[in-house]
Amino acid sequence: MLKEIRIAGFGGQGVILSAHILGRAAALHEGGFATMTQNYGPEARGGAASAALVISDQPVLFPYVSSPDILVCMSQEAFTRFSPEMKDGGVLIVEEDLVRLDNLPKHIQVYGIPATRFAEELGKKMVLNVVMVGFFCAITKSLSHDACVAAVTDSVPERFRKLNLDAFERGYRYGLDLLVKGPMKEENGDAIALEAEL
Amino acid sequence: MHADPRCVLTGTHFINGDAACCEGALAAGARFAAGYPITPSTEIVERFAARAPKVGGLFIQMEDELASSIALQGMVWAGQKSFTVTSGPGYSLMMEHIGFAAITETPCVFVDVQRGGPSTGLPTLPAQGDMMQARFGSHGDYLTIALCPNSPQECFDLTIKAFNLAEKFRVPVMFMMDECVGHMTEKVVIPAADQIEVQPRRHASKPPSEFKLFEPGPDLVPEMAHAGEGYKVYVTGLTHDKRGYPLMNPQSQRELVTRLFDKIRRAADELTIIEAEGLDDADVVVVSYGITSRVAQRAIQMARDKGLKVGKLRLICVWPFPEKVIRDLAPKVKALVVPELNMGQVVLEVERCASGQCRVISVPHPGGTVHKPAEILAAIERGAR
Repeated sequence: MLKEIRIAGFGGQGVILSAHILGRAAALHEGGFATMTQNYGPEARGGAASAALVISDQPVLFPYVSSPDILVCMSQEAFTRFSPEMKDGGVLIVEEDLVRLDNLPKHIQVYGIPATRFAEELGKKMVLNVVMVGFFCAITKSLSHDACVAAVTDSVPERFRKLNLDAFERGYRYGLDLLVKGPMKEENGDAIALEAEL
Repeated sequence: MHADPRCVLTGTHFINGDAACCEGALAAGARFAAGYPITPSTEIVERFAARAPKVGGLFIQMEDELASSIALQGMVWAGQKSFTVTSGPGYSLMMEHIGFAAITETPCVFVDVQRGGPSTGLPTLPAQGDMMQARFGSHGDYLTIALCPNSPQECFDLTIKAFNLAEKFRVPVMFMMDECVGHMTEKVVIPAADQIEVQPRRHASKPPSEFKLFEPGPDLVPEMAHAGEGYKVYVTGLTHDKRGYPLMNPQSQRELVTRLFDKIRRAADELTIIEAEGLDDADVVVVSYGITSRVAQRAIQMARDKGLKVGKLRLICVWPFPEKVIRDLAPKVKALVVPELNMGQVVLEVERCASGQCRVISVPHPGGTVHKPAEILAAIERGAR
């Protein structure tokens, strides 16, 4: 089992840390293998940022991701740039307030979450990446809940631990609900999750 | 001797190759680094600058790479284990002082996190274009040791090895990483300090009155005394006698330069550090090093799935080149396939040692990314025909 994952968005959204947490969960807490690489460029706040993660039950040989099984997009630019590379049958996860799904590739599944809004509700916009990690964990099932919680716990400073764990659970629960209910509208009426077989 | 537990970050980590290299240096006993920031190597000394002062170490950001590469040697002669880190453009600037380290037999480590070149090239993308520079970059004749890690774990393990070899043979050791390995994050297991072997400085065993600074021991390596200990410590880049005093004539040149070569050549077996697999019945053997060896491994798997008999020879120590391994292998195989992230450098050594006994197929790549496994597979298939 080898999965290629790409996470992309703006610099400042915590793209790299979210990939780091998932890689940590796979390699340190699940006894598997993970290789994370990242694009280096002018990744100042607001620029493009992207991280690639390969997780496997075997040692990872080829370090890069060319056609992801799972793509997480936290910006429109990320979606435009990376969605055409997706593998058939892949899973696309989007920050639904930031990504408009134009020219969606065929034969993929799409799940959306208003991660930034959830993070703001939790009191700090910064934790949107950990909301995403929770959502990723629930939707893709590529990593266990416990492994991800452990990875979040040891990836963030002590004083922000509770906030981050709350963020993780918020994304995780939203993901589980979405899987059960399928395409749905949440209570506030505007958080639309898409499960597109277009 | 074992590592100092105060500076060994025992445990399981998810860190990149640069961070792992820094931890390896600390575990090996390095207490001084001098450097000038350059992508993709900066993270190594950035971490060292934060970590080293807590264990009595020091990092100095010098004015440039020339200064860095000589400041570290001053610190070695003052008694510390030292290193510098850089990438292509900075490595070029360091060449003069690598020669100085070779002739003064200064044990130290030069880390080159290779990126695309020539010149400024591709600061944030990988290449393996400095391999010949690591061997021949400084003027004059000398031998050095060069190690090539292919994972963050090896960035830790082999950095320790690099320091140990530097101390044992009293040579500058080239630690040839690349951007991919340096910036790649994976699991790194750091053992307990008492499980890490560290080669201590080969310090003068005689009192100052009987000691000669460059008198070779039985393995042709002299013992070392530090400045300020009461010994006569005259260290010069000029050709020198056993006392270290300049003596510039053909005979002293012959003695010194021959010994600089022989101390490495004699240890050819110990310095043959390779990873070999499936060589016995192989028709084709892929010879690779660094990050390329992982992509090659993927290509080897693909070729075996097609029923081809393919062996793997990974060079962990590229310099000195494992001549005997290639000489023994060449008559037994149809072809040696040599992928590397340059236009064909180490392949020249493979060709030299194969000496026409089998085909040698270069799989060059200008860098910026790694090979596609299919490119290496195609070369394997060509070689198997």
